[in-house]
Parts: sequence; structure tokens; C-alpha cells
Amino acid sequence: MTDTASEVVVLAHGLSRRFGPTVAVAGVDFAVRRGEIFGFVGPDGAGKSTIMRMLAGVLLPDAGTIQLAGIDVVAEPERAKPCLSYMPQRFGLYEDLTVDENIFFYATLFEVPGAIRRQRSVELLEAAGLAPFRRRLAGQLSGGMKQKLGLVCALIHTPQVLLLDEPTTGVDPVSRRDFWGILYGLREQGVTIVLSTAYMDEAERCSRLALLHAGAIRHCDTPARLKLAMPGALLAVAPGQSGKTARDLSEALQGAPCAIGLLLMGDRVNVRVDDAISRLPELHAWLAAHGIDNAEITRIEPSIEDVFVAMVGSQGAA
Amino acid sequence: MSDLAVQAEGLTKRFGAFVAVDHLDLGIAKGEVVGFIGPNGAGKSTTIRMLCGLLQPSAGRAVVAGFDVGRQPEAVREHIGYMSQKFSLYGDLTVRENLRFFGGLYEVPRQDIDARMRNAIAMAGLEGRENALVQTLAGGWKQRLALGCAILHRPPVLFLDEPTSGVEPEARRKFWDLIHQLAADAVTILVSTHYMEEAEYCNRIALINAGRLVAIGSPGELRRRELGGTLYDLSCDALGAAVAALREAPGVIDAAIFSDRLHVLMQGDSTSLQPFLASHGITAGVPAPIVPSLEDVFVQLVTRPHATGASA
Repeated sequence: MTDTASEVVVLAHGLSRRFGPTVAVAGVDFAVRRGEIFGFVGPDGAGKSTIMRMLAGVLLPDAGTIQLAGIDVVAEPERAKPCLSYMPQRFGLYEDLTVDENIFFYATLFEVPGAIRRQRSVELLEAAGLAPFRRRLAGQLSGGMKQKLGLVCALIHTPQVLLLDEPTTGVDPVSRRDFWGILYGLREQGVTIVLSTAYMDEAERCSRLALLHAGAIRHCDTPARLKLAMPGALLAVAPGQSGKTARDLSEALQGAPCAIGLLLMGDRVNVRVDDAISRLPELHAWLAAHGIDNAEITRIEPSIEDVFVAMVGSQGAA
Repeated sequence: MSDLAVQAEGLTKRFGAFVAVDHLDLGIAKGEVVGFIGPNGAGKSTTIRMLCGLLQPSAGRAVVAGFDVGRQPEAVREHIGYMSQKFSLYGDLTVRENLRFFGGLYEVPRQDIDARMRNAIAMAGLEGRENALVQTLAGGWKQRLALGCAILHRPPVLFLDEPTSGVEPEARRKFWDLIHQLAADAVTILVSTHYMEEAEYCNRIALINAGRLVAIGSPGELRRRELGGTLYDLSCDALGAAVAALREAPGVIDAAIFSDRLHVLMQGDSTSLQPFLASHGITAGVPAPIVPSLEDVFVQLVTRPHATGASA
């Protein structure tokens, strides 16, 4: 990253929005610097889309301010539009137009000169792996290809800020990786990206994350630092040479005093403990006392979902 | 045969000249939780539709819950349950009305319906909310109620389609606990998903690509066996340039940016990475081996020109 990395491009203060009696966003503050990929992560209903829509200037906040590239989005949404590009969850592709025709349509909408449109569409289609499909109708593309075409259309003008609302929902892992390849390329060009996702594994790809719950940011940091901040540690207990199944291990571990949390996975049990080094031998001893020897216990790095559960918890979860 | 809930042999589906599913062999034991993953258009949905008795195979056969999907599709459909993430519940009906509706749809015997509805309500944790409109319930409750509806007729085989995407993490964990309890009661569960966090809950994962079963194994087995190299994480001052340079580096299978770092998949030892990048004017940190994600494994298996053979 360049030395302009500290420049704040998106700044929100006290951002709030209710829909009738429902508080969708409750006083959110954040600052995103140039070249960051900033992710809002949280379950459905946490307020992700409402924040994205307010940033894009398509929904007025009830309270709070948004500065985007120095422009007051709430007061002057029209002035902010040339600086940003917003890809809502259901991007408006025209299914009965071809890939090229969709790009042409958005280029005209954003008043992109023809020469620039032609050059950028070649570059973007190449990066998206869509170059062979320029004449295909958008309606005949797979889900992942549609999302990538949406991104190409959103990028046909050169935005300073890219807003992506759940861009990879329904996209398979290979297309998802292509998609992120494009985002990292944009980051190197100094584009600032704010996105939302319900997928905790995808969130790890962001430079910084805001864990969103019930309309409020509960924690905000880099994925690595969020993991370090998680209290305690995670141990994976796998059958190893014990001749038992993960289910047997899970049953045996019920009631183990050092286990703060137990989660039966497909081929192991994830156990949250307060301290990995002292609790690892305790778990071995507990299993041995329950007739299980030679289970394999290893410390594993927590996922963002583990962090979310440990640090945001279950307030309001059904 | 008796211990298998799902058995497919040479299962094939052609649409005109296009082979959507190509000689698929698969055996799933009773009480197993098996994930189906694969790119869009890989034949995953076609396979599941054949196993549900919704689509006739062009060749080969499959037996699900003891019935042949080609010859007895109706019997197959009566013995399976299906739940999708897009809940099929009626928001303007109450919890009890939804259960009664699905009980009627699945022809649950009149003498059993009350007991089964009570079970479903207890399983979903909805005691005291039986008369609440479904649209007023939080996501986790809706999802567990949808599961309760899908198993009212006590199907021995249950199909789940991205069942927990977008759900509160805590609610998702409760949901998978329920799934594992069903499996402990010998219900066989097939999960179709794009999300590796869901695949982690499966005993085995079947990866389907280009109509073929490319790999099958437990999450741990796939990580150990199918990646084709060791994955390293390193810091680096010019991520984009590093990825471009590493494409030509000896021993490197794949390189990609991950957050603010590099992930490099390589064969053999990683000591050459730092000097290689230095020779391209790039400063990098010391590579550290990391545990690959299932997504890393998936991407390698799908993009590798000659995928390894599968054993079902």
C-alpha cells in the first residue's frame, strides 16, 4: 500500500435508521481509509444492507453524517454519485441484453466516453473471465458469472469508492476467488471498497472487519487481530487412533469442566477452552477416564464465526 | 446394501448431447451427513434431483431409502424430506398452522400428527409460541421450524439446500446440533452447499465437477490428501506484483492474495520463496505453513487439469 493509506475516504458518524418500530441501524461510527477493503459482517437482519444503502445515498439516515471523498452524502447525494459505485444485492442486469449491451448501457448511464468504455470493458471482462461470453444474453449466465458481470458494470466508470452489498451470495468458490482477485486488483489501484457479507469465511479476505449485530458495530479490527482478541483458545478433538467417531467424542466430552463450548463438526469436535496449554492434557485425561485413548487434540486457529460467537454472543439469537 | 441409505451406480443424466452427470458411483451409509459441493453447472443439482426422484436418470441406477429412483420415484419422494434455505413456510400462518399444513401435505397419519407437532415445536424451541405468526419469528426459529416441517413424515433421508446461509452464528450452531442428533437416530442427511463453513459439519464431502465425482472424504482427509502441495502464508510489500511473479516461480502451484497477505501453494520446501521474490524487487516475510481451508482444496480440485481419481 502507498503512503496515502492513512487518508480517510469514507467517514460515518452516529448513523441511524429505523423502519417503523424496527431499529435497523443504531448509531454506527466508522472510518475507511483509501485502499482498504472494509467488510460489514453479520447475519441477515443485522443492518448490513441498510448501511450500504445509506452510504450509496439511496436511503436517507434518520440521524448521523456520512462523508464520502469529502462530500456530504446526506446533504448532496447527487454530488457523491460520480465518486462511488454501488452494487446492490440484486444488481439490475438486463437479462434480455447481451453481456456487451449491459456494459454499454451502464457506461452510457455513467457518461463514460466510448474510447474509455471499450478499453475498460476489455480489461474488466478479461479479469472476470467473461471475455468469451460477450455476446451471450445475461439471462443465460450462471449465478457466479452474473455477479461478475454486475461488478464489471459497476466498475465501467472509475469510482473512488466501491460499495458491494453481499456480492457473492450464491456464487461458487471458484467464481468467488476470481471475484476477490478483481477486488484486490482494484485495491492496488487505490479504490476503496466497502462490502457486506453474511459469510464469516469470506469476511477473512477483508483488510478490516466490522462485526455487526442488531444494527450496532460490536467489534471492528483486522481479521488477524479479531482472532487474537478472542478470549480463550480453540482445540480440535479428532478421533485419531482412538477407533471412535466424532459423535462418540462429542458425547464423552459433554460435561468436561474445562470446555466452555462444544461444537460437533463433521469429523471432529471443536472445544473452546480458557487456555490451550493447560487444558489440552486435561482433555486427554477426561477422555481417558471415559474410555477413549489416543484421540488427536490440536490447537486450531479460530474462524471469524468462532470470534463472532465468542465476542458478540447470542444476544437476540433465536 | 442394507446399511446404505443412498447407493448410486453409473448414475448418468444427459440433456441432448450434454452430459450433466457422468457415471456417478456413490454409497452413503445410514446416519451419515454428506455434503455435496461443486461449481455452478457441475451437475450437483441434477444429481440431487435424480436422487430425490424428480428426474429420471438416462443411464445407471440409484437406490434411495430402499427404492429405485428410476422405477419407483413416487416411493422415493415419500421417503425423503427436503428443506431449502429459502424457507417454504407461510409467514401469515401460525407455527401450529404451518405444521398442520405440512402434516396434511405429507399425509401424516391422523393419530400421529399431534405428537409429531409437539415434537417439532419442542425441537425448534417454540413452546409457548405455537400461535405466533411465522413472519414474526427470528431467523433461527423459522429455520428450525422449517426443519420440523420437513421431517414431520419421519423421512429416513433428508436433503438440505444451503440450510444455514445468512443465519445468526449461534442459531446456525443449534441447527447443526439438531442435524447431528437426527443423524444419531439413523436419519441420512445430504447437504448441498457453496459454503465451506456448512461443509465442515459434514462427515464426508463429495465434490462434483463436470458431472463427475472428483473427490470424496472427511473434511480432514480432503485437506490432507487433495491439495497437491503445502499452503504457506507470508507478508509481502507488493501483493499484486508478487502474485504475478510467483506464477513463474519453481515449485509454485498457485499464489493468491488473502486479506493483506499472500497465500502460496507449493510443492517441496519454501526456502526459495523469499530469495525469489527479492530477485523481483519484492520484500517478503518468512513463509509459514498453514492449514488449508476446504475452499482452498475445492479450488485446486476444480481448476486442476487432471483431477485425481475418486473412490466412493
